[in-house]
Amino acid sequence: MVERTVRIGSTHGLHARPAKLFTQAVASSGATVTISKSGGNPVNAASILAVIAQGIDHGDDVTIVVDGGDEHVVLDRLVELLSTDHDE
Amino acid sequence: MMNITGTGIGQGVAVGPVVRMAERLPEPVDRPSHLDPEREGERARASLSVVAAELASRGAKAGGAAKDVLEAQAMMAEDPSLIDEVTTRLATGKTAERAVFEAFASYRDLLAGMGGYMAERATDLDDISQRVIAHLLKLPAPGVPSPGHPFILVARDLAPADTATLDLDQVLGLVTVDGGPTSHTAILAREKSIVAIVGAADAASLADGDTVIVDAAGDLVVAAPTAEQIADAKARIAERAALEAAPVTPGSLADGTPVPLLANLGSADGAAEALKLGAEGVGLFRTEFLFLDADSAPSVREQQEHYTRLLTAFAGKKVVVRVLDAGADKPLSFLNDAPEENPALGLRGIRALRHAEVILREQLTALAAADAATSAELWVMAPMIATVEETRYFHALATELGIRVTGVMVETPSAALIADRVLAACDFASIGTNDLTQYTMAADRLLGTVANLQSPWHPAVLQLIADVGRAGAAAGKPVGICGEAAADPLLAVVLVGLGATSLSMSPSALADVRASLARYSQDDAKALAQAALAAEGAAEAKQAAHAAASEITATRAPAP
Repeated sequence: MVERTVRIGSTHGLHARPAKLFTQAVASSGATVTISKSGGNPVNAASILAVIAQGIDHGDDVTIVVDGGDEHVVLDRLVELLSTDHDE
Repeated sequence: MMNITGTGIGQGVAVGPVVRMAERLPEPVDRPSHLDPEREGERARASLSVVAAELASRGAKAGGAAKDVLEAQAMMAEDPSLIDEVTTRLATGKTAERAVFEAFASYRDLLAGMGGYMAERATDLDDISQRVIAHLLKLPAPGVPSPGHPFILVARDLAPADTATLDLDQVLGLVTVDGGPTSHTAILAREKSIVAIVGAADAASLADGDTVIVDAAGDLVVAAPTAEQIADAKARIAERAALEAAPVTPGSLADGTPVPLLANLGSADGAAEALKLGAEGVGLFRTEFLFLDADSAPSVREQQEHYTRLLTAFAGKKVVVRVLDAGADKPLSFLNDAPEENPALGLRGIRALRHAEVILREQLTALAAADAATSAELWVMAPMIATVEETRYFHALATELGIRVTGVMVETPSAALIADRVLAACDFASIGTNDLTQYTMAADRLLGTVANLQSPWHPAVLQLIADVGRAGAAAGKPVGICGEAAADPLLAVVLVGLGATSLSMSPSALADVRASLARYSQDDAKALAQAALAAEGAAEAKQAAHAAASEITATRAPAP
């Protein structure tokens, strides 16, 4: 199990397209992944509804936990996705 | 045959078979299932994945931004958290329909409670929920049908998203049971030139497959038309196609009197389309969009760039820009901070700008700089002027900041009643008929219950327009019209008869208005105006103008 905290790069936060890209990447990774806003409960990162219901905005810090599969590779990819601005 | 009346949008005609849009499904009853939870679970998962696949394939077909939205919706339909919620409810003995309904509703409420962007996604969840329940019940899915042949769409009303994504090669015409001339459906239909009748209450009785004629100019739907009526409608469709293909010429009356036809635009992006449709300039450029999604006003440089783009597109032509019109139905956080009991009568338009003068100064500075860098003829006007003193204030400030031609919007009865003195203090007037009607009739233009009072044909409104026209003629200053009234081909002639010197409208209305003006001389227009002014109400004024127009056209050869 590996985890890392990352700052959200997308201008409009983790909603709409960025949320879709992120949950798609999680679902295709095959690993069990959770995401939590600082101070919040971890939720299933493969669930677009759970992810957008967190109300994660631009500049928020979130913690990603990856369990199973090629953990480090998956974590690196997800962190890169989250820190990129997809709303440009 | 049977006539169903409603409000026509535009002047088009369409003939075709009816396809009704499925009504919203009722809430599934909460009763114990006679199947076991495993079996109900299979049903639910099967329908969820069918709907997800449907949404994804619609997304792939649509492409662009719609693809992302539809793909996200497809993911929501198969969302693991949602399926957990469904499974939990099935375990208590609920039916798949009810469990799906409740699971979506719980997320819908959660998102709606978060407000803003999240609340909009809540509507998406309702839509997905409806689709899944329809599939479970083997009912047609709600939403715009795609029967595979061109059709006339009949619906209670359309969601803005439905109207925006209508396939115009398939939808020949649109009839809604609800909705008025200022509803979203009407506005979008006008913008996209869809032949439409809104508020046709009796259209609910039409059945799938019925052939109907949608006659927007006549405000009616002809059910079970005769062969002769169909042939007549088809001839009119061909005539209109020829009209659209005709070369665009400057607007003028039959006797050659020029009446410049201008475009209403909300962003520089619409410029090319407006020019293609023959706009001779811009009669109303709304600047709100630059400000609407912002927490603070855009910088002078950002504004200047956009204005330069607009003015460059209309090089050598007139462009009338309205400074920021915030308040009432379009409040801005940095301008309208205090809640008001009656926003339409509150701190809006020039009143709000005076209150936050730095915003007005920056906008005028950006406009003057864009003007200096381009060759269009820039005119700038202020919204919601009610007094001569406000006119003087705006004229002095705009002149100080380098604007060469300044004017006012006439939207309040007060400005119309003292138009001679208002015009003495500026260079031109432009009548905003939507607001002028709202304030003259004391009827909120956003309120459906008083929509019957919201007609620019009312003689009280026409009288005020006549007063402004007369004041403009006496002072030798232009009086334009920039409300939806100018887009009605017959009313456009009446407005010219009342003294309007130019007409500005959605670009899609230009061809019809151009053709209508060419049928009447200046004297004819005055006769139509007098007939309408003398009527006792809006409907009677429209009738009187129609009668006067038929009399004129009957005595001479048909227009080219």
